[in-house]
Amino acid sequence: MFGPLLSKAITAKANKTGSWRVDVKPKFLRKDCIACKMCVLICPEACVTGDAKNTYMCDYEFCKGCGNCAAICPKKDIAMVKEEEK
Amino acid sequence: MAQENGHLFGSGHTACAGCGQAIAARLVVDVTGKNTIIANNTGCLEVFSTKYPESAWGVPWIHSLFENAAAVASGIEVALKYLGQKENTHVICQAGDGGTADIGLQALSGMWERGHDILSICYDNEAYMNTGVQRSGLTPFETSTSTTPIGKLSLGNPRPKKPMPEIAVAHGLVYVATASAGYPQDIQKKIKKAISLKGPKYIQIHVPCPLGWRHDSQLTYDIGKLAVETGLYPLVEYENGKLTSVRKLTKIKPVEEYLKFQGRFKHIMSSPELIKQIQAVADYNIERYGLKMEVAASAAVPVTSQPKA
Repeated sequence: MFGPLLSKAITAKANKTGSWRVDVKPKFLRKDCIACKMCVLICPEACVTGDAKNTYMCDYEFCKGCGNCAAICPKKDIAMVKEEEK
Repeated sequence: MAQENGHLFGSGHTACAGCGQAIAARLVVDVTGKNTIIANNTGCLEVFSTKYPESAWGVPWIHSLFENAAAVASGIEVALKYLGQKENTHVICQAGDGGTADIGLQALSGMWERGHDILSICYDNEAYMNTGVQRSGLTPFETSTSTTPIGKLSLGNPRPKKPMPEIAVAHGLVYVATASAGYPQDIQKKIKKAISLKGPKYIQIHVPCPLGWRHDSQLTYDIGKLAVETGLYPLVEYENGKLTSVRKLTKIKPVEEYLKFQGRFKHIMSSPELIKQIQAVADYNIERYGLKMEVAASAAVPVTSQPKA
């Protein structure tokens, strides 16, 4: 009861926060991508990855569908689409 | 320990969708790297990143009480010095705006005064978001919060925002800066600069909060940017007490552009008189920091420049 509570690093990955998405999800169109990495920088969930042009993707297990990657993309190469869409 | 994709602040934390604080916290720790120890005040960041028994952090991180992260960080820094490990370790003391400007200010002031080599960061979301949007010292003028609601006798928060960067400058810090989640690369640049300097540093990062500010989650980035572009949140840097850099603006937008997306300013949008009062705050900042860029016909346009002496 008394004393420090300890947690292991990066164990929050157990929370699959992707289930929080209600309506829309980001779709990486991979047409005009210039690999500026702005989507990686802005993602609050740290779930966007990629290293070269047109390779970026996000981990839908954690994406909460906030849409900031689509808002920041200078080439409009990320679209927010309905959850059902492939 | 980093996440597979290299981030030291990982996925799976329980922040709201579009949380500005989650963006800024990851940018900060990714720059300082794995040799970082963080002391965290109580606040939204502490609650959503460490839902016991889980942790989203990839670096040593400690939370004790609401008011004493600065005291804890001071102890860590002194211990590292004693062990001869300070040279290769960064110590961060971070808090929200309540933990910095109200509850934690006493310990923070002591830490700055003693001159510890610690980077303090304030994630400024302009109210106590964790407990339900109560007014803090950094809540701007005429903002609707749960303790300053709108009514017949109230127009929202009656007091202006506390000038926290100036309080930091008055302590004689080596580096003081303001940043915004709307400018992620600017945050990283300022953190890099801060950790390259020895001594106490303070960075205040403006982080939009979709829940407390009542805006759509996809607008976090745009609203952060608009606060800077309207002059309501000037991005400035002080080194050893001197204003050394200001982010100049080619086109300064009217404050309505920033206010109209946010539920907390809904009452202002219906009253031209109140808009004028907010515009006066922005005009004061524009005048004071010289935010307007004088565009020379031939010269290239620099992003930042030295203020006139």
